[in-house]
Amino acid sequence: MKIELANVSRSFGCHRVLNNVTATLEFPHTLAWIGPSGGGKSTLLRLLASLDVPDSGEIRCNGQVLPREAEARRLQRTRVGIVFQAFNLFPHLSALENTILPLQHVHGVPRAESLERAAAILRRFQLESHSHKKPAALSGGQRQRVAIARSLVTSPDLLLMDEPTSALDPEMTAEVLDVVAELRQSGAPIVLVTHEMGFARRSADLVAFVAGGGIGESGPAETFFEFPQTDICRRFLGRVLKY
Amino acid sequence: MTAFLRDTPGTPASKVAKVCVIAVLVLAYSGVCVLALTGTTANWATVWSYRATFWNGWLATMGISLAALAGSLLIGGLAALARRSDFLPLRYSAIAYIESVRGLPLVVLVLFGFYGVANAIGWHDRVAVGILVLSLFSGAYIAEMIRAGIDSVGRSQWDSADAIGLSPWQTYCYVVLPQVARQILPPLAGQFSSLIKDSSLLYIIGIHELTFAASQVNSATYSTFESFVPLGVCYLFLTLPISLWSKHLESRLRYET
Repeated sequence: MKIELANVSRSFGCHRVLNNVTATLEFPHTLAWIGPSGGGKSTLLRLLASLDVPDSGEIRCNGQVLPREAEARRLQRTRVGIVFQAFNLFPHLSALENTILPLQHVHGVPRAESLERAAAILRRFQLESHSHKKPAALSGGQRQRVAIARSLVTSPDLLLMDEPTSALDPEMTAEVLDVVAELRQSGAPIVLVTHEMGFARRSADLVAFVAGGGIGESGPAETFFEFPQTDICRRFLGRVLKY
Repeated sequence: MTAFLRDTPGTPASKVAKVCVIAVLVLAYSGVCVLALTGTTANWATVWSYRATFWNGWLATMGISLAALAGSLLIGGLAALARRSDFLPLRYSAIAYIESVRGLPLVVLVLFGFYGVANAIGWHDRVAVGILVLSLFSGAYIAEMIRAGIDSVGRSQWDSADAIGLSPWQTYCYVVLPQVARQILPPLAGQFSSLIKDSSLLYIIGIHELTFAASQVNSATYSTFESFVPLGVCYLFLTLPISLWSKHLESRLRYET
């Protein structure tokens, strides 16, 4: 997987969140974005997800320029899976119906086949006994696993996760990270924004440090944590790894 | 004794206490009515012979209310969408409609709509004008309910719908409207109950609905009490079940979310 950013800028009001970001990130399977809050990680992920467009500059995924026009962006989104921090699921639909929705109504898969594929993926994540529950009846960890199942059921080319465990307690975090780690064996490349340094170190191929409106530095997980290049990154790691 | 009659969150009253209180109150209030009315001559037999008039009035009230409910849902839905439109002329028109209607008494709208507008353009179908005025009146309130319902669907839901690639139309169909419908069903039931009561005002433009029927019976029989008690009972017969149903919906919604 190769992601290229060329002079990407994005502002909200007078606040410039991304400032002329230029970078090439190449990785076999998992890319982790770490960095302080407000540094632009989520904004970058939303641009990559085609949920948002940069004010200027362009982004390429495997050589393909991401579109700017609304309908083209919607089509692009049908080819990526996206998981947010929380509240991914539709509260009025059961876990199974949540999973069927994109298959049936976005990808036009017939109802019977949608049902089969959705049931199969929920089974894979050990959720079959919960498939008829509404999100309110599921634990936080189960909800995120259903959200991951829903984003994968359409066989996306890329899976994007924005702090998928930030709203969970440590036990549920482990439950969700187990699933993410398992996706390494099979499945699409993953870009994930995370505060779980241990997870980034063990499971990511490439780690990128996003701060101050740009990508500070990036490198393979091992060397990145052992030998941070820049002061700002060293300070950040020193703070978050202290406890 | 007073402890027996009190119902507080910490120490709720017993079922026995509640039943006793209701029984005593019903007896007491009936007693007051009987005392007040002995000496007057009740004329129930004459009023009973006018039951067909009541029945037709009741049917008309039901029909007008149902038609106005359908009309106001349509108008309210469109106004709510227009109110949220990013096209300014549409949005401001919706605001002007909603705010002016909500700021006017229904009697004024009925009189103005029928004598001011409908007569001026030569439209003399009282029932149709009445239904339209009621729909416009109630539509403004329903528009605000629907708008509040849509606003209550969180940003994350729209994001999630975008994320799985739903089109804007599909997002409304499969994500937003089902949640809005559950959200607004209880106030909507309340609004329907209001519509039934408000339809009584159409009597001033001579529509033969329930209130009109009762006042007709009254002027024919000179028995005010015997004409207006059935009138009240007829309205309560419609509005009480709806009010109870609306409360039931509210409690179910609270339980589920």
